[in-house]
Amino acid sequence: MTLELAANQGAVPTMPNMEESPLAIRGMTVSYGQKPVVFSVDMTIKDGSMTAIIGPNGAGKSTLLKAALGIVKPLAGHATVYGKPMAAQRARIAYVPQRASVDWDFPTRVIDVVLMGLYRELGLLRRVLQSHRDTAMACLERVGMADFADRQIGQLSGGQQQRVFLARALAQGADLYLLDEPFSGVDAATEKAIIAVLKGLREEGKTVVAVHHDLATVTEYFDRVFMINTRKIAEGSVGEAFTPENLDIAYGGRLATGQIDQLALAAR
Amino acid sequence: MLWDALTLQLGYNATLVTIGACFLGVAAGVTGTFLYLRKRALVSDAISHATLPGVGLAFILMVMLGGDGRNLPILLLGSAVSAGLGLLCVNWLTRNTRLAEDAAIGAVLSVFFGFGIVLLTVIQTMSAGRAAGLEGFLLGSTAGMLWNDAVVIAVGGAATLALVLMLRRPMGLVAFDPEFAASSGVNVARIDLSIMGLAMAVTVVGLKIVGLILIVAMLIIPPVTARFWTDRTDRVALISGLCGGAAAWIGAALSATAPALPTGPIIVLVSFAMFAISMFLAPNRGVLAAVLRHGRFQRRVHMRQGLLALAQGQPIYENYTLRLLRKAGLAHPDGVATEAGKARAAKALRDEKRWELVRADQAFESAAALYDGLREIETVLTADQIAEIDTRIGGPRGMTA
Amino acid sequence: MSGAEFVPLSLTPMLIGIFAAVACALPGNFLVLRKQALIGDAISHVVLPGIVVAFLVTGAVSAWPMMIGAALASVVAVVLIEAVRRLGRIEPGAAMGLTFTAMFAAGVLLLEQSDTSAVHLDVEHALYGNLESLIWLDAVGWESLLDPIALAGLPVELIRIAVTLMAVCAFTWLFWRPLKLSTFDEGFAQTLGMRTGWIGLALVIVAAIAAVAAFDAVGSIIVIAMFICPPAAARLMTNQLEVQIVWSVVFAFLSAVLGYVLAGYGPLWLGHDNAVSAAGMIATVSGMILALAALFAPCRKRAGAPAH
Repeated sequence: MTLELAANQGAVPTMPNMEESPLAIRGMTVSYGQKPVVFSVDMTIKDGSMTAIIGPNGAGKSTLLKAALGIVKPLAGHATVYGKPMAAQRARIAYVPQRASVDWDFPTRVIDVVLMGLYRELGLLRRVLQSHRDTAMACLERVGMADFADRQIGQLSGGQQQRVFLARALAQGADLYLLDEPFSGVDAATEKAIIAVLKGLREEGKTVVAVHHDLATVTEYFDRVFMINTRKIAEGSVGEAFTPENLDIAYGGRLATGQIDQLALAAR
Repeated sequence: MLWDALTLQLGYNATLVTIGACFLGVAAGVTGTFLYLRKRALVSDAISHATLPGVGLAFILMVMLGGDGRNLPILLLGSAVSAGLGLLCVNWLTRNTRLAEDAAIGAVLSVFFGFGIVLLTVIQTMSAGRAAGLEGFLLGSTAGMLWNDAVVIAVGGAATLALVLMLRRPMGLVAFDPEFAASSGVNVARIDLSIMGLAMAVTVVGLKIVGLILIVAMLIIPPVTARFWTDRTDRVALISGLCGGAAAWIGAALSATAPALPTGPIIVLVSFAMFAISMFLAPNRGVLAAVLRHGRFQRRVHMRQGLLALAQGQPIYENYTLRLLRKAGLAHPDGVATEAGKARAAKALRDEKRWELVRADQAFESAAALYDGLREIETVLTADQIAEIDTRIGGPRGMTA
Repeated sequence: MSGAEFVPLSLTPMLIGIFAAVACALPGNFLVLRKQALIGDAISHVVLPGIVVAFLVTGAVSAWPMMIGAALASVVAVVLIEAVRRLGRIEPGAAMGLTFTAMFAAGVLLLEQSDTSAVHLDVEHALYGNLESLIWLDAVGWESLLDPIALAGLPVELIRIAVTLMAVCAFTWLFWRPLKLSTFDEGFAQTLGMRTGWIGLALVIVAAIAAVAAFDAVGSIIVIAMFICPPAAARLMTNQLEVQIVWSVVFAFLSAVLGYVLAGYGPLWLGHDNAVSAAGMIATVSGMILALAALFAPCRKRAGAPAH
């Protein structure tokens, strides 16, 4: 990391890559109380890529995502989706929140949760037709949860809950998929199922951005990384950005030197 | 007149009630602190509403046994029993069903209160006229109170206060850090129970003065008020007790000066006034202080972001940022840095570079943890350390690519 | 009992009780699921200052100004609770308790200070209403239901609560999906472009309107009980929101009917000749239904995810 590199961080709003970028964030600062958790961050997601947002705990990964989506209000900065403000592009975005952010004791069934993904189509009063149900079932099928369609959501395991959330996002039929910690607290089978679905999306030309915390799987799962610790540390292809130097800056003393070298070696 | 009341010169009854209310206010303030810190403030609402059927049943029982039904200690005993029952119901519902605590509280308070109302209508018909006093438990009534009742309140208030003071240490421990308390051998469940028990005692003693609908205010408002002034548990309890006591004293005295000034509402409103003043004016957590601080903070963020953008030759795309820079004489209206702006921007960028090295170096781990984009590097490192880092950068505007 | 007795004396109070119970139970379902059950408690307390201020402003006890006053007071209370919670960073329970007790205290004080001796306005009435007095004097039997002259003499409270119930039903039906979605997953709802803050406020305002209309007839106790008990009992019966709503309506209906009958005739069966408070009895019955549900209902326990 040098001053030159730093100078590239802040892009101009009119730069061409911003107009095409599925998600471009400029000068984003978010604070809880008096401490910024995200400070002056720029991000430009590449179309058709699979990007991992990584960084230590409390580094502002989820906050950055939520600020981009307008769920938390930033102190400064803004985000565009395919070159237009977020509000005009909602139909092109699918969002998978953290599993723990909802009350799983809510009285509803798996299929109803997936149907929520069709809200933009159904609106306030349009009836749920067989075709809608078929779409929802197909999405459940994709994540391997079709057999659970009529289950109450509280009866699912953590991994199953996560897959239902992913099915809901699939039902949204979006171009850009934003996932907040999709692999946290799930079983190995779920992790495999989810990554298979995400890679499938990329093959269809969709763009995937996921907050991720397991450094060991970054190279295997993703093609790009965005490294953050309050400030942006690095952004680029896994080979370029997932380097020992950058990990050092992002994680400081929190990763053992040997571990960093190993991870970075895997990235070569 | 008011002065006479405040200095306890309006007759024995008024004096006893004022003193009793004050004791009760202190006890409620301290007990309420623990309820508040345990995030169970509104459980007291269930407790207080659940007293009503107990009062009614105690009255009916006394009449059936040939008494006149107006014996205050027995009525209070009845209220305590049914309040305890209500509390058990809340706990049972939250523990054994999927209902959340707020639903359990609401269910218990409305059902117990509804049943209490049924009993009151029974009493009105079964011995007409004699029940007149019971409505006083809804809103409290100290006017025309008997000497005996005043004594009960004064003694009850003093006893509750004594209990609270005795138990304040273990309760503080549990409220502040239940896990630590448990690990150091405190029986958390039992202390929680005694917090609830004390809340019940406050409620029961306060029934006659402020009534069951408003007694919760004495448990809730003082701790919230106190919380604005300090972050330390023991001080919250102390300030809360003082606020509660003062509100009760002033309220009881005020209401003794005129017939149309009911004690309970006056105490609550005095307490609320203290809260409102604290909320706006408290030095640290107060709204005014917070608004000013947030404005300052936002200016700092925009200023810093603006300087970094200037240093890197990027345009400034937030109007607010540009306005701030212009006002400080750091940028021209077209977003180009002035001479002063260039110097400040270079310094900001150099600091950012210094931070980057600090954060990458394990030797500075504790300093790096303080990074938030705004903190001046001079506040965490010594001049020597900064000089050492600068040698690594190789000059203030060096390029090491 | 003959229609000649039932229709004029019991039909209208019973209908008013049922409509009030259902109108409160419907929004209550969402309040309970959002862990805002005690908003109902807060609203029902601040109705008193609302009607007192309306009385002081207009100088008369008339229904519309008082309902408007009460509705405004509920909105003020909700805004105040939010403000205290956000500005003071105080936990919601305490913010609520603090706000509604202060407003209630102000209401009582205003009432004591103003001359209301000539009018029927007192705290007890506000708390437990007067359902029994809402009789239909023009009715002579079932046939009066078809008699336009008799119908014109229906208690105005019945008309008001019926209109309110229809409005509440319309709101629930129209905004069913946003209500359900934003209650379940607020963050996701926001990414769909829903104004979740406004939805929450609308829900509370509808609850307040239901509370005020019901309060006018049955007092505030019933209002809290109906906001919470039928929905809570219904939640224990099923794991599906649509079914829960139906159960809550059934329970509200049962509470109103059984409560009214028990209050009116229960004492007679026990050999007393005076009825007891119908509002109190309706609340009591709803509590018994909840107790039965808590002991025996099929979905009373948390499901709990199986270990993975």
